[in-house]
Amino acid sequence: MTQNKEWPLYEVFIRSKAGLSHRHAGSIHAADDQMALDHARDTYTRRSEGVSIWVVRSSNIVASDPAETSAFFEPAEDKIYRHPTFYDIPDGVENL
Amino acid sequence: MNADEARLAYVLRLGDNALILAQRMVELVAVRPDLEEELANANFALDYLGQARLFYSYAAELEGKGRGEDDFAFLRADNEFRNFLLVEQPNGHFGDTITQCVLFESFYLLQLAALTTCSDSRIAEIAARAEKELRYHVRHNAQWLVRLGDGTAESHTRVQASLDRLWRFTGEMFAPDDVDLEFSAAFDGPDLAAIEERWCANLASILETATLRLPESGWMASGGKDGRHTEHFGFLVAEMQHLQRAYPGATW
Repeated sequence: MTQNKEWPLYEVFIRSKAGLSHRHAGSIHAADDQMALDHARDTYTRRSEGVSIWVVRSSNIVASDPAETSAFFEPAEDKIYRHPTFYDIPDGVENL
Repeated sequence: MNADEARLAYVLRLGDNALILAQRMVELVAVRPDLEEELANANFALDYLGQARLFYSYAAELEGKGRGEDDFAFLRADNEFRNFLLVEQPNGHFGDTITQCVLFESFYLLQLAALTTCSDSRIAEIAARAEKELRYHVRHNAQWLVRLGDGTAESHTRVQASLDRLWRFTGEMFAPDDVDLEFSAAFDGPDLAAIEERWCANLASILETATLRLPESGWMASGGKDGRHTEHFGFLVAEMQHLQRAYPGATW
């Protein structure tokens, strides 16, 4: 090896048990997709944290721009009627 | 040799292979090429250490002389270990380690699979647990062999050289001796001839993908199963046992 090239970055998503959704666990470096899956397994599921792993190249994730935060998220802040807080829940109903 | 003696010897061999390979991997802790492989190596070493402990604990029960797992690991002389010569070979470069692991583990996985159906329930239980761990080892290391073999001209040349150099230590795994024959006959254990056939087929398929050449079968080294080890082995044992030898009975 004449140069020490960095491997691409992958984001790791772990599902902790059946029925739950995958959650972002962190990121790892790997040379290819299979290696990314192995590295994710070895790095993030050593203590039985998961039953399923997704990995995705970080460069393939399209993220919202922090500079656009006001346009993206603030308009929702004063729309309280979008929250289902105006209904009377009958007594004895725990989950609606 | 009766069936009980063969079983004790067989279980100790399984423990010795696992312990000695674990020790070689422990030597690589903190020197792997990147953090992720570092964790993979440490995980693998711990898998082997766990297997060695299970085999030694069972061997201690079978022997019934009051020895425990630590006695087997730390208080036997080098010529009392019965591991394959392959697993004791010193670490070279990364490709050497990967090749050594692929050669041994693709055998060990088949051996464990066969042991899950043997008539000794304790061995079958340990084998079932270890087999799951080994399926992942083989997957991980075989992928690496393919990457190195089918990688750059440099990596291809070096890993082919690793393969050619380590090849001579593979014959011992398949040459049955009294312990193998007696254990298999008495406890419905592995058929080494059948395992060799499948091992060759599996390995040929990995090597083809890796664009590597299967070495020609030639002279094979042997002796590990009888306690005659290669010159590197004494140093490994000395380092592994140093603490218990210098401070007998030390605990923390």
